Amino acid sequence: MKKKTVATIWCEGCSGCHMSFLDMDEKLLDLIKKGMTFSASPLTDLKIPPHGTDIGIIEGSVATDTQEEEVKMMRERCKIIVAIGNCAVFGGIPTMRNKYKVSEILSRAYENAETNYNSHIPSAEDISKLLEKVKPVDKVIKVDYYIPGCPPKPEAIYETLLKIIEGEKPELKGKLLSYD
Amino acid sequence: MTNQEKITIYPVTRIEGHAKITIHLDEKKKISKVLFHVDQFRGFEKFIEGRYFEEAPIITAKICGICPVSHILGAVKAGDMIMNVQIPYTAKLLRMLAHLGQIIQSHCLHFFYLASPDLLLGWNADPAIRNVAGLVEKYPDFAMKGIKLRKFGQTIIEYVGGARINPKNFIPGGIAAPLDPKHRDIIIFQIDEMISYCLEGLEFIKHYIEKNKLFVERYANFKTNFLGLVNDGNWEVYDGKIKVIDQNGNLLYHFDSVDYNSYIAEYIEDWSYLKFPFLKKLGYPEGVYRVGPLARLNVSDRLPTPLAEREFMIFKQIGNPIHESFYYHYARMIEVLHSLERVREILLDPEILSKDVFVKGRVENEQGIGIIEAPRGTLIHHYWVDEKGKITKCNMIVASGNNNWAMSKAAELIAREFLDPEDIKEEQLNLIEGGIRCYDPCLSCSTHAIGQMPIRIEVYDHKSQLLNVFQRE
Ligand code: SF4
Repeated sequence: MKKKTVATIWCEGCSGCHMSFLDMDEKLLDLIKKGMTFSASPLTDLKIPPHGTDIGIIEGSVATDTQEEEVKMMRERCKIIVAIGNCAVFGGIPTMRNKYKVSEILSRAYENAETNYNSHIPSAEDISKLLEKVKPVDKVIKVDYYIPGCPPKPEAIYETLLKIIEGEKPELKGKLLSYD
Repeated sequence: MTNQEKITIYPVTRIEGHAKITIHLDEKKKISKVLFHVDQFRGFEKFIEGRYFEEAPIITAKICGICPVSHILGAVKAGDMIMNVQIPYTAKLLRMLAHLGQIIQSHCLHFFYLASPDLLLGWNADPAIRNVAGLVEKYPDFAMKGIKLRKFGQTIIEYVGGARINPKNFIPGGIAAPLDPKHRDIIIFQIDEMISYCLEGLEFIKHYIEKNKLFVERYANFKTNFLGLVNDGNWEVYDGKIKVIDQNGNLLYHFDSVDYNSYIAEYIEDWSYLKFPFLKKLGYPEGVYRVGPLARLNVSDRLPTPLAEREFMIFKQIGNPIHESFYYHYARMIEVLHSLERVREILLDPEILSKDVFVKGRVENEQGIGIIEAPRGTLIHHYWVDEKGKITKCNMIVASGNNNWAMSKAAELIAREFLDPEDIKEEQLNLIEGGIRCYDPCLSCSTHAIGQMPIRIEVYDHKSQLLNVFQRE
């Protein structure tokens, strides 16, 4: 049986999609038995997926300069990119900030919050810069498959991965295709 | 950067969020400072302005998919206060039940999936297998128990809240649906089995600490104040007052949680999006404190369920308070045990199936504050509303944020103790990340954000020229 490597990253999301991935529970073991192995992922210590990784799963939208680089890196290194969850697919909740300027958003937290002791917006070179607008993943790279939902049902993630592992084209239908 | 070299660990893995550690060296290649950077900011407190307070639980649930119930409960408790209502007894039981389910699933996610690979497979194990999949290969039985415990917690949330992630039944004024008797029975039926799994995990960590005593003492051992909710001395996660003790265990404060702003302030460092909360009167950094499992056990006098109380007594003998970061793992498993026992108590309460779970209300107060103990520590939601209930302002201090200073300190101490800047080994870097991992930081919560990526160490010479890159793929 040929192994299929899976890399996952989270960008501007809440990790709920990764949790739904783990909510496959015992079925996760089933996928591992069918040949899925983890490459780079928040769940492992591998930090960059090697070139030729079979499946790259992206949770979350793109909201910082670093995330923009990260999704491009995933595209370069993974054969199939799957956008998982409403944030990655459409932009989702994080795009609620798009109606404000980045400076207004930062200002509320770092200049005007009631509990602040000293007020200034962090800007050291070691932290990422916020993009003016949050965007879905496919505004930055080409996405091969989409699993919508907030988060998608574990069964939808299972079905998609199973089909890809078996070399078929995944398609979500009925209850598995949900935007909730 | 002049006359300095810098080592970067990015991303810190097996934690829940985007973070990076930089290690700065002086000219003699000695460590000068270590910083824990949280790399994201999402802006919930801004974009929630203009929404109705009833929407706050639904929106803030998306701050974190690991502990959505914490944010939901923080927001609905604030909503109760805005409407000035006392929710029915059963509604409170059900909220508590879901919250315990979340503590079980979140702690077990951390202990079994994220932390135990280091302990079982070794700090120096091949990074390719040092994870939950490696665990499944080598210790399938242990891994399966962790998976089942997490699933059990998630199932409780699903039955009470209507979904595992982002449940929608929790509303200001109570809860939208009573508990189905069928579901109560399914949960009760599994508790003994879950307790046996939990006890195995607990024995494992106790044994590990005993066998590695010296290591545990050398590993991120430092003193701070501790803060957490207590209810009349009892361990508490939903209600109660905030208790603060100093590093010697003396009582500093015991205050109503709605007064948090008189006691806590946040310091902003230029190099992190995560702020550094501290006790106002003591100043920064003297006034920093820790929260979470270890802090809760340190500030509590009792854990009033039979099995947990026994374990708690043993734990308290070790120190009062206990400071070593590693004991967070141990405290976490005692909390899982107590939560499992509390779940049973709640489900056996004759009122648990009552249909009286909601009271109506309207805007009566212009402010609402909801404070609870999330799995990772004290969580504060504070909303200001207009007369129609539209949110005009929002302030949040989240669990992992409270541990921000401690995580940076842990990374620094471990780097000083275990890292040889002239001969960096992967294992040493994993030890540093492991120090952060003790605190199980949920950075999606912390910055109302989240993320992930590579371990990359960059060594710069005095003139900021990149000398060497060490990267694991
Ligand atoms: S789609 Fe929903 S669950 Fe997934 S990251 Fe976004 S908010 Fe979280």
